Amino acid sequence: MAIEANGKTFETDEEGYLTNLGEWEPAVAEVMAAEDDLELTDEHWEIINFLREYYEEYQIAPAVRVLTKAVGKKLGKEKGNSKYLYALFPYGPGKQACRFAGLPKPTGCI
Amino acid sequence: MSEQIKKFMYLNRRAPYGTIYAWESLEVVLIGAAFDQDVSLAFLDDGVYQLVKGQDTAEVDMKNFSPTYQALGDYDVTKLFVEKESLEERGLTLDDLMPLTYEDEDDDWAEKDSIKVVSRAELADIMEEQDVMFSF
Repeated sequence: MAIEANGKTFETDEEGYLTNLGEWEPAVAEVMAAEDDLELTDEHWEIINFLREYYEEYQIAPAVRVLTKAVGKKLGKEKGNSKYLYALFPYGPGKQACRFAGLPKPTGCI
Repeated sequence: MSEQIKKFMYLNRRAPYGTIYAWESLEVVLIGAAFDQDVSLAFLDDGVYQLVKGQDTAEVDMKNFSPTYQALGDYDVTKLFVEKESLEERGLTLDDLMPLTYEDEDDDWAEKDSIKVVSRAELADIMEEQDVMFSF
């Protein structure tokens, strides 16, 4: 599978995750979001960027409960809860946001 | 609902690179952490090399996954036993290992060390207490 963004082709796996996370650019997230009928706001980007930083530091995409806890610590309690994160990413803040961020499927998401 | 919490121990006995065992073990630990069991990890034999700091995999063409051990605390995996004799046999000390910590929710989020060096005899006793063991 593949997606088109910014005039380029990006290869994805069968679940839509980017095959090569080094290729990621913001346009990829925009296109993936549009396919899910979502428009990315600053609040979405805050989480996407947070995930990319988490991956940079730990080399894994965090499971949703780990993400929730880490967001709470870094961005505040009003954001570190399932309600806030699911409102932004209705298909699951772990799976959907990681996909937009160009990361693999979260480790420990079941 | 009365779900019984079991004691799970993951044994890590092999060097981090050259085979897939160490990374596979770490992934299983992170996935298994979702099940709220009493999880501990043991590092012995060449497995102690998995925790050595300053790993550089540029020459061996494998992903350097050592930063991922730092995430174990976030996954509530906070008991990492390292066998003293295995360290000594390889000329290593605790100072050669990555400092790994977790924040103790029951103690006002105080930062605590996850790694505990134990003797071969102590580790044998800890293994004796386990319900389930996974060997990698």
